[in-house]
Amino acid sequence: FPGLADVSIPQDIPVEGEITVPVGSHSPDEDYSTLDEPVKDTIMRDLKAVGKKFVHVMYPRKSSALLRDWDLWGPLVLCVSLALMLQGGSADSKDDGGPQFAEVFVIIWFGAVVITLNSKLLGGTISFFQSLCVLGYCVLPLTVAMLVCRLVLLAGMGTISFIIRLIVVGAMFAWSTLASTAFLADSQPPNRKALVVYPIFLFYFVISWMILTFTPQ
Amino acid sequence: AVIDMENMDDTSGSSFEDMGEMHQRMKEEEEEEAEGEAGAGEEEDGEFLGMKGLRGQLGRQVADQMWQVGKRQASRAFSLYANIDILRPYFDVEPVQVRARLLESMIPVKMINFPQKIAGELYGPLMLVFTLVAILLHGMKTSDTIIREGTLMGTAIGTCFGYWLGVSSFMYFLAYLCNAQITMVQMLSLLGYGLFGHCITLFVTYNIHFHSLFYIFWLVVGGLSTLRMVAVLVSRTVGHTQRLILCGTLAALHMLFLLYLHFAYHKVVEGILDTLEGPNMPPFQRVARDIPVVSNAVLNTTAKAIALTL
Repeated sequence: FPGLADVSIPQDIPVEGEITVPVGSHSPDEDYSTLDEPVKDTIMRDLKAVGKKFVHVMYPRKSSALLRDWDLWGPLVLCVSLALMLQGGSADSKDDGGPQFAEVFVIIWFGAVVITLNSKLLGGTISFFQSLCVLGYCVLPLTVAMLVCRLVLLAGMGTISFIIRLIVVGAMFAWSTLASTAFLADSQPPNRKALVVYPIFLFYFVISWMILTFTPQ
Repeated sequence: AVIDMENMDDTSGSSFEDMGEMHQRMKEEEEEEAEGEAGAGEEEDGEFLGMKGLRGQLGRQVADQMWQVGKRQASRAFSLYANIDILRPYFDVEPVQVRARLLESMIPVKMINFPQKIAGELYGPLMLVFTLVAILLHGMKTSDTIIREGTLMGTAIGTCFGYWLGVSSFMYFLAYLCNAQITMVQMLSLLGYGLFGHCITLFVTYNIHFHSLFYIFWLVVGGLSTLRMVAVLVSRTVGHTQRLILCGTLAALHMLFLLYLHFAYHKVVEGILDTLEGPNMPPFQRVARDIPVVSNAVLNTTAKAIALTL
């Protein structure tokens, strides 16, 4: 190819431009409808999406709906409700009540970020926010366990109530771990699943421990 | 086909020298215009404005160019340094390898005459630090430790990560001074796997509260993991004084950390002694017990018990 031998890009002319083909703009009707629809419709659509994901968590099947349209509303709601319920725990001094909320919040989000980074570093194919979404939604069984624990604690504190709480929290912890493993472990190379499952196990163990040792004052 | 790549270097317009040159040229042009404008003196307003308009436009163009250049360089630097892929090789392990390394961390090596291999991985140590945090939380909760001016979680994470990162850095600095053949990642890995002994000891002794049991575990388990770390370091250092400094420091810090974790966050035994001696007794006064108070309490309770049965 003699003609190509002296092809070179000159240094003083910067190469620039766009190679994307502009997509035809949306028809004015579509833009109009999602922006001008009643607020109730928007909220109901989002609520339905969140509710569908809750159902997926409670009955973990191998479906990709949770992963495909990830959203962080559900985890936020669960995290805030769990943190609110864990507040007002056993404390002698007043200043121990405050940090409980921040503690739970930070543990859940910081723990989820660490697990996501870990699974990505181990060669996972899942994206950052998809993983956060799955881990956040799988806190649902533990929130249910917290509700049950609070109800049981209303009845009284004793050995029997502790055993009931232990069984409930243990079952929900196993459910959480299994649910999140079902979604996350598929994105890993097959021989490294144990390496990804262990931090998830620790994460839900810490949350379960916080729920189990909660004593209202 | 031969593709001539040597001119494809995209430095055009992206080096500050070029930009500086262009800027200088533009400044000179502006100065010329300014001189020309001053020399013209009483010119018509239209021409005057024209000159100023041109200068403003040039200024804007220059500013725009500077912004583009800066943005391009910043995004290039960001994609280079904030890339998570830098850490990827340190997480390239298999579960069997992790298990093997965990067990190995308790077995002291015998050969210290040639350098022992240290695997530079970060997954195992990181998981061990998190496990230690979880165990500490468990210990603090069961002993009802109350932390003022902070949170339980913050204290646990701060202590464990602070130990792992801080002592690793300090030992790396000492190793640099003592000419030991060890890199930072290897030091982090070595110290992290040494925490396996701590995890076992604390897990057992936070649940079974016997001081003597703790001391036995401290010596045996802590001692084994310390011996392993010390042996590996000794194999990588030359010279008696250096070996002594390095290994003495590491052994002391490692063992003292385990002691600290047990005693600072675990108050159940003291609590039990408190309830036996009554609320008026200071908690650490175990030497001179007030016998009449204790015997009175015992007498009262037995009298009540007898009265109930009768």
